[in-house]
Amino acid sequence: MPVLSEELRNRIRAEFPKYPDKRAVTLPALHIVHDALRMVSPAAIVEIAELLELHPSEVSDTMTFYGFFHDKTPLGKRRVWVCRSISCMLRGGEELLAGLCNRLGVKPGQTTADGSVTLEYAECLGACEGAPCMLVNDECHMNLTEDSAAELIRK
Amino acid sequence: MPEFHPVLLARIDKPDSTSLAGYQADGGYAALKKALAMSADDVQKMVKDSGLRGRGGAGFSAGAKWSFLPKNHLGPIYLAVNADESEPGTFNNRILMEEDPHQLLEGIAITCHAIRSHTAYIYLRYEYGRSYRVLDAAIRECYASGILGKNILGTGFNLDVYLHRGAGAYICGEETGLIESLEGKRAWPRIKPPYPAIEGLFRRPTIVNNVETLCCVTHIIQRGVEWFKSIGVPPDPNNKRDVGSYGPKLYCISGHVNKPCCVELPLGVTARELIDTHGGGVWKGRKAKAVVPGGISMGFLSASELDTPLDFEGPGRAGCLGLGTAAVVVIDDHTSMVDVLYNCCRFMAHESCGQCTPCREGTDWSTRILDRIRHGKGRLEDIDLLLEVANSMGIIPGTTICGLADGAAWPVKNALTKFRGEFEEYIRAGRRSVKPADELMAAH
Ligand SMILES: Cc1cc2nc3c(=O)[nH]c(=O)nc-3n(C[C@H](O)[C@H](O)[C@H](O)COP(=O)(O)O)c2cc1C
Ligand code: SF4
Repeated sequence: MPVLSEELRNRIRAEFPKYPDKRAVTLPALHIVHDALRMVSPAAIVEIAELLELHPSEVSDTMTFYGFFHDKTPLGKRRVWVCRSISCMLRGGEELLAGLCNRLGVKPGQTTADGSVTLEYAECLGACEGAPCMLVNDECHMNLTEDSAAELIRK
Repeated sequence: MPEFHPVLLARIDKPDSTSLAGYQADGGYAALKKALAMSADDVQKMVKDSGLRGRGGAGFSAGAKWSFLPKNHLGPIYLAVNADESEPGTFNNRILMEEDPHQLLEGIAITCHAIRSHTAYIYLRYEYGRSYRVLDAAIRECYASGILGKNILGTGFNLDVYLHRGAGAYICGEETGLIESLEGKRAWPRIKPPYPAIEGLFRRPTIVNNVETLCCVTHIIQRGVEWFKSIGVPPDPNNKRDVGSYGPKLYCISGHVNKPCCVELPLGVTARELIDTHGGGVWKGRKAKAVVPGGISMGFLSASELDTPLDFEGPGRAGCLGLGTAAVVVIDDHTSMVDVLYNCCRFMAHESCGQCTPCREGTDWSTRILDRIRHGKGRLEDIDLLLEVANSMGIIPGTTICGLADGAAWPVKNALTKFRGEFEEYIRAGRRSVKPADELMAAH
């Protein structure tokens, strides 16, 4: 059984006409697979490489450069990134991160036992006017307190 | 000076700021029509004459960069829009994309005409999910109404614009790291020359410009060169290399102020005015101890340097690396510079791409030294060691491929020269300021 459904393959193929070179579809393909399957397994890498006419190691080389993609364990349903860079740090970002770790019972990078939330730290999220801030998947939330953040994550 | 009215941010508070209809109701895409009726060379000349300098950090003349493209090239030529905005403290590109996407798309289309490009890629950092959705919708609207695609506005000019999402790496903002990443590889910056204008994306001539730079292009075409040059700071006659700092600029203000925000002002406003007038003053009635003038890569201004004008030349005169992204981060007098510098170094260590040994090792080493100091185990010699490491990495000493290393060195140099006494005192007293979050992240 292939890891990538025909639907995912078609979405990847739909990216081809945008670029003069299939290799440029590496990041779009990784995003498509990562979003759908919550990780990119070694088997998925082989299948992506086949579609892009690349060696699997080329896909893997690119993928592992970006700390973004999980390749061993699937992400939780919600991926939460708490900013730790300067503007957030100055307004309690690190306390927010520590507080959420406590409440969820995980360390940065870990997923809750029920698989609902993966908690991570991020470098500057570019929402410094609303520090401290966090992303839930790719939605940004600003001016957080530990309570408001926990509430948003639960939702 | 005539009273200044925002131009780039003029529409952001309108209820209908993101729709094509709203944009056109405000006169949108008139500049594109005007540009398409001009020759590509005439558009280039206007932008060059305006003195527009890149807003992405380096401040290079946009018109001059475009003029480096090979003449009579058969194409394709590419435009890569740098929307990777990841310099700590910086969020102005995000506001431009989220609140007025057509202003950017119009600037992209005009620029593509000027540089004879028919394909533009917007390299957008992944974290900007809202920008992605707003831009995606705006691009679709443009295709549906003949503003993008084949024969745009009936002029015979073809243009495709594609959104390309990054994956959480600061180095993708460096223009050749961006190109490598777009090509589907690790974002390792390239050795230059050749510069992208000669051989860039897919080995073709490529112009890389920042989002705000391209938004300025729209208004230069619409309002003219004289308008642009009536705003900002003319060249210093005593400095032959100064080409002036013209035009409006978006300043981000964050950190310890009452009202963190993004404001548009003429280039050359002082840090003090930004903090007091626009940022609502330092919070909790405190005083500023240090101010980042343009993203952490630029280093720090001390409290006695707050009257520095934030144009392209001012921060450099105060020992900073430059204006950078004009993102001002205010640090109050209750905050330890040891903690602030640790935060900056940790960022750079995390984001160094690892190609150049001085950068990979230097950023990591400085972070570890500062970590040790924050654990109360610093030695006075550490200060000179940190300076030595900082002085050894970067394009300026000539040891690295890209400027990330200079941006990693500068906060160290500025902090340890402008605030040396504070570091000495911290170490002598054996202070300790690690927090629970540090331990949690270290365990990761
Ligand atoms: C480490 C590093 C990160 C950078 N990040 C960005 C960025 O996020 N956005 C940006 O526009 N320019 C960034 N730059 C500057 C770009 O290399 C390039 O100068 C700029 O995109 C050119 O556009 P402009 O002339 O319109 O400013 C970065 C440079 C370095 C060295
Ligand atoms: S200076 Fe640093 S970030 Fe830039 S190419 Fe070298 S190692 Fe990579």
